[in-house]
Amino acid sequence: MRSNLHPYAQDNGAFLQIQNVVKDFGHGAVAVNHVSLDIRKGEIFALLGSSGCGKTTLLRMLAGFETPTSGHIVLNGQDLVSLPPYQRPINMMFQSYALFPHLSVWDNVAFGLRRDGLPREEVAERVDAMLRLVQLERYGKRKPHQLSGGQQQRVALARSLAKRPQLLLLDEPLGALDKKLREATQIELVNIIAEVGVTCVMVTHDQEEAMTMAHRIAIMSEGHILQVGAPHEVYETPATRFVADFIGNVNLMDGVLALDEPDHVLIRCMDCEHLVGHGITGTEGMAVAVAVRPEKISLSRQPLETPYNQVHGVVRDLAYFGSYTVYHLQLNSGAVLKVSATNAARHSDAMLQAGESVWAHWDETAQVVLTQ
Amino acid sequence: MSRLTTAGLMTRLSRLLSLAWLAGGYLFLYLPIAALVLYSFSASELPNTWGGFTLKWYAALGHDQELLDGLALSLKIAFATAWGSVLIGTAAAWALVKHPRFRGRTLFSGMVNAPLVMPEVIVGLSLLLMLVSMQRWLGFPERGALTIWLGHLLLGLAYATVVLQARLKGLNPQLEEAAMDLGARPGEVFFLVTLPGLAPSLVSAWLLTFTISLDDVVLSAFLSGPGSTTLPLAIFSRARLGLSPDINAVATVIISVVASGVVLASYLIARRERRLAAEIAAAQHA
Repeated sequence: MRSNLHPYAQDNGAFLQIQNVVKDFGHGAVAVNHVSLDIRKGEIFALLGSSGCGKTTLLRMLAGFETPTSGHIVLNGQDLVSLPPYQRPINMMFQSYALFPHLSVWDNVAFGLRRDGLPREEVAERVDAMLRLVQLERYGKRKPHQLSGGQQQRVALARSLAKRPQLLLLDEPLGALDKKLREATQIELVNIIAEVGVTCVMVTHDQEEAMTMAHRIAIMSEGHILQVGAPHEVYETPATRFVADFIGNVNLMDGVLALDEPDHVLIRCMDCEHLVGHGITGTEGMAVAVAVRPEKISLSRQPLETPYNQVHGVVRDLAYFGSYTVYHLQLNSGAVLKVSATNAARHSDAMLQAGESVWAHWDETAQVVLTQ
Repeated sequence: MSRLTTAGLMTRLSRLLSLAWLAGGYLFLYLPIAALVLYSFSASELPNTWGGFTLKWYAALGHDQELLDGLALSLKIAFATAWGSVLIGTAAAWALVKHPRFRGRTLFSGMVNAPLVMPEVIVGLSLLLMLVSMQRWLGFPERGALTIWLGHLLLGLAYATVVLQARLKGLNPQLEEAAMDLGARPGEVFFLVTLPGLAPSLVSAWLLTFTISLDDVVLSAFLSGPGSTTLPLAIFSRARLGLSPDINAVATVIISVVASGVVLASYLIARRERRLAAEIAAAQHA
């Protein structure tokens, strides 16, 4: 046990503990509602949600710009809630970058170090090292407006890492960049964070950004955390309808649990009967939803010899994306099934046309059964 | 004649007419000033009769102690007004922008802006009445440079607050948060980030209040005492006694100083903006 452990801290190996944090702005606007999270040292953790879900408020409470109505934020055994922003060992990269327009790139990076009263030589050494890290050594004398968007973003990163914070906060880190630049920057950003080894909490509404950058993702909605997990966990095993629908594309089919066995279950839907190759916790006759991702469905012009996991439909729309094509099938019930098929061959008659009658089928491990 | 040429005649006529309007407007605005400048070089004793070229009125200005004293006093008061207005205006704008809710905020905001809409004569008169009563009961303050300065400050800080408030509202609040995040205490945030962000507006508020004070007649007339005659008051009282060519010379000096100041300022601003735009464009294509 650490001797300087805060009374609220549980020694579960978590570096940052957010414990039952509530932020109530009054007038019934509860931005963050009893949120608890444990974040490990060296982890990149993403808060993912649409605008107004409370993720930014939570981040601002970590930075100290907002005070929680109740709850605790414990970093490395120290409760932060009573500390003002300028005393927290935390630095933030702002969405607008918030570079000081009247200061040069060099002075921007040096700003935090000078506030700590570090000796001149050490400031110079560390600023130079930071500019080297983000490959902007030659740009030290420039003013922020003399840099491109991508360069400004790197200055902002260098400035927030210069003080060697215990926790780095990223607010929509790539939100201000255009699409092409964003993909290159994502990888670069992760590499720099990994090189420095800092623990990082990021906020984003862009699920691709969260998936590619973060080790773990927390999905937020209306002030609550709905699910926490690694990117493949939240994608492949969503816990609720909301998460399944929010992350990626999904076909949701409502049905009734018809047979409940320990190693498989049968679910009866409008258009087909699902055979799911694992047991679930539920009782026969309960209403459930079955989620199937479009890329886990295959299409054929002839039906397979199976009573399960197969539907008949007519191609209503198709959208060609180059590497894959998305088909919208109109099922017999009128529901629409989204299917995405990889275009492996250059010229092939496998390409379906609108109006064609097809069979869609999937594996018994493809579905996720959602009970809430 | 065909209708086409009639129509062509009409457009030409209407173009001529609008040009004449424009010329008439400019003449009305600037002919008096041009005449004033012209007659300042006239040797005649009458201010509106040409009597041959001379510079004697300008030479006489250098020995005109009343005008020189007035100029010195005006500059002193304008200088003090500009600094006082900017200091108090910054504090007032800060309170109004950064603290959206405090007791009496609406009243405070109204009071700060009141001098902008209140007729100057009324403000001057009420200040005079107050000063007279204060003098009777307290024997202080004597009317003079100090009371003129207080009156100008009242007016100037209203203008300064409006200018600075607008700028302060437009500043990115994330800049101040970023400074705090990097370890700056509230005082450091203000001096290292907020104040530099306000700088352009601080300069314009300073110049604006300086000018307001420099050419104020109404408040100065109410608040001046014996021996504290500002330049506009001196000019005004001389003009009342009858126009004389030396007034033309003073006016010409003032016009040339102001005009060259404006031209220089707009040249510098335009150059700065051009350079900024070029640098931003260069950064995007880098």
